[in-house]
Amino acid sequence: MDNVVLARALFGSSMAFHIIFATLGVGIPFMVVFAEILYHTKKNKHYAILAKRWTKGFAIILGVAIPSGTIVGVMLSLLFPGFMEIVGKVIAVPFQVEIWAFMLEALFMSIYIYAADRLTPTLRIISVFFVALGASASAVLITDAHAWMNTPRGFDLVNGEVTNVDPIAAIFSPSLYSTALHVLSSAYMTGAFVIVSLAAYKLLKRGSTKEERAYHHRSLMLALVVGGTLSLFTAINGHATAQMLHKYQPEKLAAAEGLFETTSHAPLAVFGVANPETGEVEGGIEIPWALSFLAGNSFDTVVKGLNEYPQELWPPLYIHTLFNIMVVIGGFLIVLAFGVLAWRYVLKKSLPRWMLWVLVSSGALSMIGIETGWIFSCTGRQPWTIYHMQLTKDAATKSDNLPTLFFMFIGIYVVLLFLTAFVLRFYFKRHPVSKDLTPDTPILEDEGVNTNG
Amino acid sequence: MAESTIAILLVWVIVFVYSILGSVDFGAGFWGMLFGNREGSNAGALANRFLSPTWEVTNTFLVMVVIALVGFFPTAIAMLGTALLVPVSLVLLLLLIRSTFMVYAYSSRKYGKELNIVSGVTGLLIPGLLLSILPISLGGFIDINPEGVPELHFGRLLGSVTLWAHLGFGLTTELFLASLFLSDYSSESGDRSAYLLYRKAALWLGPFTLFFAVITTFTFVPEAQWIRDGIEENFLWFIFSVLAFIFGYSALLWRQGDGTPGVPRVAFTAIIIQYAFASIGYGLSHMPFIIQPYLTVEEGFTDPATFRALLIAYIVGLLILGPAFYLFWKLFLKDKRYLRQE
Ligand code: HDD
Ligand code: HEM
Ligand code: HEM
Repeated sequence: MDNVVLARALFGSSMAFHIIFATLGVGIPFMVVFAEILYHTKKNKHYAILAKRWTKGFAIILGVAIPSGTIVGVMLSLLFPGFMEIVGKVIAVPFQVEIWAFMLEALFMSIYIYAADRLTPTLRIISVFFVALGASASAVLITDAHAWMNTPRGFDLVNGEVTNVDPIAAIFSPSLYSTALHVLSSAYMTGAFVIVSLAAYKLLKRGSTKEERAYHHRSLMLALVVGGTLSLFTAINGHATAQMLHKYQPEKLAAAEGLFETTSHAPLAVFGVANPETGEVEGGIEIPWALSFLAGNSFDTVVKGLNEYPQELWPPLYIHTLFNIMVVIGGFLIVLAFGVLAWRYVLKKSLPRWMLWVLVSSGALSMIGIETGWIFSCTGRQPWTIYHMQLTKDAATKSDNLPTLFFMFIGIYVVLLFLTAFVLRFYFKRHPVSKDLTPDTPILEDEGVNTNG
Repeated sequence: MAESTIAILLVWVIVFVYSILGSVDFGAGFWGMLFGNREGSNAGALANRFLSPTWEVTNTFLVMVVIALVGFFPTAIAMLGTALLVPVSLVLLLLLIRSTFMVYAYSSRKYGKELNIVSGVTGLLIPGLLLSILPISLGGFIDINPEGVPELHFGRLLGSVTLWAHLGFGLTTELFLASLFLSDYSSESGDRSAYLLYRKAALWLGPFTLFFAVITTFTFVPEAQWIRDGIEENFLWFIFSVLAFIFGYSALLWRQGDGTPGVPRVAFTAIIIQYAFASIGYGLSHMPFIIQPYLTVEEGFTDPATFRALLIAYIVGLLILGPAFYLFWKLFLKDKRYLRQE
């Protein structure tokens, strides 16, 4: 493998690893805020226990999110020095402000966990609110850099030199709003669906007490309402994101939909494989005119096809599949969440076991949506790192030590994935809910994920 | 003052703050491991109690060092990034293992001991490795190949005395600063036996740090002669630094009113001042180069428009985070209820 491919593979895998923990790091504090607020309005102890247990899990996850984030942050400079040189001159501000957001999150996270017993209820809500705010702000800020890579603004390249820098124009690049909204809402929905999965799994267990079932049921319903609402929101602004692609990155949209010829009344292809020889999507389902409507809200919108561009500037065609997976998951989770809520609250029936099993899958599905969405977006930008400005091969490192490093990093990621799952399981096995639910356990009892002193 | 001077000053401040915080953080991890299972002493638990709420904040400062370099000196980061691919990747791997295992150890008391050993030992190595960037920046280890790609001569670096002197300096500094800090922390917590233990460690380590600091300046490779000239020019700072060391070290031997030996608050403060003086002297001697002889501060500087935007971001960030840091400090480093775990 050549250097550029290895650098891309190493960076992409590191991001794919980081994003698992990072997304939960954004999504779970969001859920904790809801639980804390519900506890103080409804005074039901279950919500306080939920907040406490989610926070414990979150603290373990953060232990991986932070160093893996440090890795990707530093790795950008190691693997893509050419890219970082431009970043430093043009779009350094969001990276810098992101540090403030991290600090805000880390400070209040420690305060929320380790000083819980010394805080008034209002200060507790304030600190968990700042944790969630810090995490969300850092997601928006890093997305800002990503949006700028897709729709670069605020500088000119003259003979490879950066000139005419306008940091404000770079920060507010045209794709910022749609992309940031989409990233935030998909992270919140993933946090919620992971909770749905856990609660549904616990409800499937036989032999738990009535109180435990009531507790898990509360958790399930809260997470379903949040997850359902946000998945709807995600789909709606995903639509806006697709229109952004239509306007600013037509090659990416064309590859995502397997469209080769520029045309109005373009069809939407679902599944199938785009074949560059025939210029068609083979084996998929075609919905006539739908793509034109998607791109411009009217059937006679002209959508650009790949043939408008020289083939060496096409993104890889398999991003069609990645895009499909994300959209199908999004659609399925909307139907699932609202279906189950209607079943429970409109038909007033209890949830059968098969339905709970389907719900168990929602967290993993949502995470797959995140992964495919990101890989789609980053890979769909190829061969550019900065769209129409810098090619990936000019951004990548020329150093030749990558193969060993690649295997070392992948190895450690695999080990840590298993270890983290094991530690989370171990922790919650040793601290079952039944213990928290007994009336005499203080909710703020200080044990476990804090000091071992 | 030229804008690039302001920028390098800011980077200097951030690097200095991180080198103190990082030393205390990684060193405390090591002490926590070493004293973790000692019967009848709270010293290990104390180190861990300090670490739990602070390591994330410290880690953020490490990221800030990199990001500050990216923003203020992007050309330097592009060059260093290529040259330092291997050593920095090793630091990253160790960091990942260290932080995750520390969190695992908190979550599973049954395996806490074994997990703590992993995080303690990996943490011990990180500051030394980070410090190895210094001899590299002084010249003699990086060449630019005909394609214009900077290359690090890793073998030559590993075989050089100066690298090992720097590593020894990093290691002793880490342990010294951490033991000093922890003696202050344990004395604040009113834990006499832990205090005496950390004070003893500090007494042992202090002379070694000074020894390595002096030795290191004699090991510079011929290409780094320029920094020795710089050091001679700025010699006054190093004199101040040694004076601060003598004062701080002697404070460990003073007696408090109740007969307890040592005044840790004074000792720690004076040693910080010692390091500040030495870093100012070193920083001034290092001018005008970031990487000798390829890159000066002026050449590596970012775009002026971005620089001004970053400066505004710094001011706003400090205004927002100032109160948060104050609250944090009050809760974890000052509040007797946390320190004594009542
Ligand atoms: C749970 C995850 C999830 C779900 C269900 C969806 N998305 Fe998404 N999508 C993401 C998670 C995501 C993401 C991981 O957050 C991405 C990657 C980059 C980005 O900006 O957001 C993304 C990117 C992304 C892009 C590319 C943006 C770019 O390249 O800049 C488009 C066009 C869409 N999405 C459209 C949709 C549509 C029409 C959906 C309909 C349901 C949808 N997404 C559901
Ligand atoms: C968090 C989820 C993300 C994932 C899973 C992800 C995935 C990937 C993958 C798979 C690649 C390699 C693309 C290829 O060569 O085909 C890549 C490249 C890259 N991504 Fe992302 N990415 C993510 C987010 C981001 C963000 C937020 C940024 C912005 C700072 C970013 C910046 C880059 C850069 C600079 C490259 C290398 C240059 C290139 O190949 O274009 N990524 N990413
Ligand atoms: C959109 C995708 C991403 C999301 C949602 C995300 C989110 C997060 C979260 C929630 C954390 C933990 C924050 C904390 O408590 O400190 C984190 C850590 C981190 N992330 Fe990411 N991240 C993303 C992509 C990236 C990329 C592309 C980079 C690199 C440029 C990056 C760099 C970092 C760094 C350096 C940290 C550690 C910060 C610290 O030391 O506290 N992240 N990220």
